[in-house]
Amino acid sequence: MTDDHVGTRFDRVAKTEAERDREHRPSRAAICEFFAERFGIEPAVFDEYSFWERGKGKIWAFRGDLDSPVEIEALGMVVLRADQKHWKPTTSAAQQFGAAASECVVNLDETPARRFLAGDSQDLDWDGDWGYVIVTHDLDGERIPIGVGLYLHGELRSQLPTGRQRDLDAQ
Amino acid sequence: MDPLDRYESVIDDVPAFRAACERPLPTVVRVNTLRATRSAAERELAESDIATERVDWHPDLLRLPDDQPGANWPYVHGWLHGQEEVSALPATVLDPSPGDRVWDACAAPGSKTTQLAALMDDRGLLVGTDANLGRISALRSNAERLGVTNLAITHEDARTHSLAPFGGDSYDHALVDVPCSCEGTVRKNPDAFEEWSLDRVRSIAGVQKGILSRAIQATRPGGTVVYSTCTFAPEENERVVDHVVETETCRPVAIDLPLDGTDGLTAWDGEDFDDRLTRTRRVYPHHNDTGGFFVAKLAVGE
Repeated sequence: MTDDHVGTRFDRVAKTEAERDREHRPSRAAICEFFAERFGIEPAVFDEYSFWERGKGKIWAFRGDLDSPVEIEALGMVVLRADQKHWKPTTSAAQQFGAAASECVVNLDETPARRFLAGDSQDLDWDGDWGYVIVTHDLDGERIPIGVGLYLHGELRSQLPTGRQRDLDAQ
Repeated sequence: MDPLDRYESVIDDVPAFRAACERPLPTVVRVNTLRATRSAAERELAESDIATERVDWHPDLLRLPDDQPGANWPYVHGWLHGQEEVSALPATVLDPSPGDRVWDACAAPGSKTTQLAALMDDRGLLVGTDANLGRISALRSNAERLGVTNLAITHEDARTHSLAPFGGDSYDHALVDVPCSCEGTVRKNPDAFEEWSLDRVRSIAGVQKGILSRAIQATRPGGTVVYSTCTFAPEENERVVDHVVETETCRPVAIDLPLDGTDGLTAWDGEDFDDRLTRTRRVYPHHNDTGGFFVAKLAVGE
């Protein structure tokens, strides 16, 4: 293959920056640090997971481990896009690990939660950092993550992909 | 012709069978125990004014008599997955444990794969294989929505499945829920018989034998393989199992099935099968008001 970043090849990310074989590739330490610094998710949450890159900057989390590289179609779930200046967690990552977040979490009441789920942007009076946030709501007595939002200029923009959006009021 | 005519000689109550095949199928969801308990799902569906009924033989299944799943919070959070009641059988029979190595040979779109993951508590290695990329996309999307992270997906013909990406070690268990002529889904798909022909049944049976053989070869001695179809055709059921009992190192074992059914056939169309084929199970639509199903459990030997 001329380009080992496309197709079906998964490479396990290196443990630390120093052990990387490619400069752009994030390390496990950097991924854990991102989730800890931005969202307060303890690195121990990922103890049973290995992180893999397929395609530049697309990070997958797999509960278990395999010999690297491995050529298959999918491995665990896509958790992070690390190919841009601001790393972006996926909806699946927010739903899977967001309950462990303590920072940059926006908890919405029922009506704004439904708007977020429908994919709408909405004004939000919140004094946290701009950037990606984990959006939650309360269900059955628990705080449950719905997905990722982008908070900028007093506005919360839903980042749910079209296929995960639902209009619960349309029934 | 009506393919169901072929089975009048082996079915206990033909009029009840015929009547059940004409009725639409109840909507059923499986509670995804990786994300929620049945009680929490019941409470939140009630909050959404969706009525539920428990299914007596399976603790995680709920019938929705008046609704379709999809547009409610429990579904959004991956607490629920729409799954026909009888299709929850093969993973229940395989019953893997957390930490096992398990292969789902025909995985997409993933109802049974994600059920296996839930039984494994998302721990151990779950390999899901499918030959169709479009269906793999559905499998990925279901697995991610349901919070399955121990799943590795391969795109290949299951008959030539390679263990190489997984270190070459064989599996503890394999689920072989093969593509079939789908006669048992006639309540869900009234056109299930449109493309039916005996030639097609025989041709698909060749593929089924190939996949089941590979699954037995890829499973360690002492492991188990569950074979299932949603069809009544003995050519795709007992005859396929009879073939691997002769050609591979395995034997059918008794299944303690939690819902009504009949023993597998030991003869069909002038051909006799191994006596132990009585240990396989047939579930007809009139037995439990479900779709039709066939399931066999095979112990893999040395």
